[in-house]
Amino acid sequence: MEKKHKQSRFKDVWRQLRKNKLAVVALVVLVLLLLVAIFGPLIAPYPYAQQNPRASYAGSSAEHWLGTDKLGRDILSRLIVGARYSLEMGVIAVAIASAIGITIGAIAGFYGRWVDNLCMRLLDIYQAVPMLLLAITLAAILGPSLRNAIIALGIGMVPSFARLMRASVLTVREKEYVEAARAINASDARIIAKHIVPNAMAPIMVEITMGVGSCILAGAALSFIGLGVQPPTPEWGSMIAEARDVMREHPTLALYPGICVMISVLACNLLGDGLRDALDPRLKN
Amino acid sequence: MAALLEVRDLKKYFKTGGGMLHAVDGVSFSLDQGKTLGVVGESGCGKSTLGRTILHLCDVTSGQIFFEGEDITYPTRKQLHRLRENMQIIFQDPFSSLNPRMSVSEAIMEPLILRGGMTKADMLAETRRLMDTVGLAARFENAYPHELDGGRRQRIGIARALSLKPKFIVCDEPVSALDVSIQAQIINLMLDLQEERGLAYMFVTHDLSVVKYISDDIMVMYLGQMVEKAPADELFNDTRHPYTKALLSAIPIPNIHNKKKRILLQGEITSPINPKPGCRFMARCRYASPECAEPQVLEEYAPNHYVACWKHKSIS
Repeated sequence: MEKKHKQSRFKDVWRQLRKNKLAVVALVVLVLLLLVAIFGPLIAPYPYAQQNPRASYAGSSAEHWLGTDKLGRDILSRLIVGARYSLEMGVIAVAIASAIGITIGAIAGFYGRWVDNLCMRLLDIYQAVPMLLLAITLAAILGPSLRNAIIALGIGMVPSFARLMRASVLTVREKEYVEAARAINASDARIIAKHIVPNAMAPIMVEITMGVGSCILAGAALSFIGLGVQPPTPEWGSMIAEARDVMREHPTLALYPGICVMISVLACNLLGDGLRDALDPRLKN
Repeated sequence: MAALLEVRDLKKYFKTGGGMLHAVDGVSFSLDQGKTLGVVGESGCGKSTLGRTILHLCDVTSGQIFFEGEDITYPTRKQLHRLRENMQIIFQDPFSSLNPRMSVSEAIMEPLILRGGMTKADMLAETRRLMDTVGLAARFENAYPHELDGGRRQRIGIARALSLKPKFIVCDEPVSALDVSIQAQIINLMLDLQEERGLAYMFVTHDLSVVKYISDDIMVMYLGQMVEKAPADELFNDTRHPYTKALLSAIPIPNIHNKKKRILLQGEITSPINPKPGCRFMARCRYASPECAEPQVLEEYAPNHYVACWKHKSIS
C-alpha cells in the first residue's frame, strides 16, 4: 500500500513529463547512454586499446564504422567505452556537489541570521572564482586523474546547489506545517530532514539533471587540457585532445567525440527543462 | 483549585523597521479544565499571536503564563517537552498545516514517534484509534493530504493535536478555511471531544456566530489589547464596549423582519507599531472624547465581566 502511493506521486510527475516530447527523447537518449556506459566493453566491436598500425586514420568502413585513429584503434569502440568515464564524471561529481550543497543550503536557509550570512558570504568568495577555473586549479593541485577530476568538479559545483537549496528552504521554512512540527516537539534536525528538505527538492532535481550535463562538459574540458582522464583511457575530452593535431586532415576524429559530448549534455539539459515544467505545482492536474 | 491555564499581563512585541509592533499587549485571563474561551477580533488584532505565544511557538516579551499552577513563562527544554504534550494547537489552514509529503497515518503518528516509548505496532494501533475518533475512514490511512478535502484534512490536524492526550488546545480559526456545511461537522466533533476528554479550548476566530455557540467565556481583542471579556450570553445581551457593540452588530441575522442597525466603523485601524497610551479604539469610536486619550483600565462591570472603557456605564 505504502509503496503504491509513493509511486503515484512519481506518476504525477511522469505524466507531466510525458507530454513534453523533447524531454522524453532526452530521457531515452540518457537511458541508452547509461546502458552503453554500463555494458560498454561488452558491446564494443573491438577492445578499445587494440592497435592496428596498418590501418591508421582509416575512414568509415564495414569493419570500422567510424574509422580509426592514428594508432589504428577503432573510434566507435573507444567512444562506447568512453561513455562510462564521461557519465561517471558527471554523475559522481554532481552527487558530491549536491550532497554538500544541499546540506549547507538547508542549514543556512533554516537557521538564517548569522549562520546564513556566514555561509553565503563564504560562498560569495568561493563563487568569485569561475567554476571551471576552480576545477582546473584543484585538478592541477591534486594531480591529473579521473578521481581527482571528479573531486574538483564536485567541489566546484557546490555553490550553485547550496544557493538554490537555501532559496528553496527559505520559502518552505515559513509553511505552517513546519510550525506544526515544532508544536509536537520535533527537533531542528528532524524538521530539516523530514519536513523541509523533501519539500524543497523540486528545483534541486532540475539542477541535478542539468548539473550532470555541465559536469560532463567540464570533465571533457579537463581531460582536453590533460588534467582529467589520462590516455590511453578513451575519455571523450581526451580523445578530442588527441585529435587536435590532425584536425585539418581528419576532422571526424574530433567531431565524433564532440558530438557525443554535445548529445549527452543536450539530453541532460532538455530533460532538466522538462522536469522543471513537470515539477511546477502550478501546472498540476 | 487553580485554573488549568492562567495568563497574566502577557505581552508579545515584534521588532519591525518602523518600531515595536505591539501584537499582544497586556492580556490576562484564566481558563478552567473543560471550558472554552472564545477569542474574537478583526484580522491583525493579535489573537493568533496570543495562542502561539502561550504555546511558546514564539517567545514571550513579558508577563506570566501558568499551567496547572506552574510558572511556564520561560520554560526549560525539558519543561517545554512536557508542556507540548499537554498543550496542542489546531491550525487555521488545513491546506498548509500538513506536510504534503506525509501520508495520513504518518502525519498522525509523528507526535507519537517524537514522544517515544511505544512500539511500532502500538503506534499504528493508536493511529487507527485516533482516525476513528476524529471520523476518518481507515481507507485514508495511506492517502496524501492533496487527495483529501478540507474537512478531512482538518480532521487529520485534530487527530494530530489529540494524539498526545493534551489538556488544552489552542484552536486557531480551525474552521474559517472550510465550507459552511463542513464547519458544523468539525465544530460538533470538537465539542464531542471536549465533553469526552475534558479538554479546555482557546478558540480563536473572527466568526461570531461560531464563538457564541461554543464558548463559555468570550474575550474581545482590539489591536493586541483585551477590550471586553464576559460569559458568552452576557457579552451578547449586555454588551458594554463600543467596539464589541460594532462587532456584534455585524452578525447577519436570518430574519427579514429583524432590521438591525449596523454600527459602521469609520476610519482605518490604528497602527499597532508604537501605539499611543490611550484607548486604541478612540480614532474610530463614536463615543470618543478627549479623556479617552488617557490609558484605559480594565474594570469589572459585573461578576466576571470586564470592560476596558471608562465610559462603559454611560453607554447604553
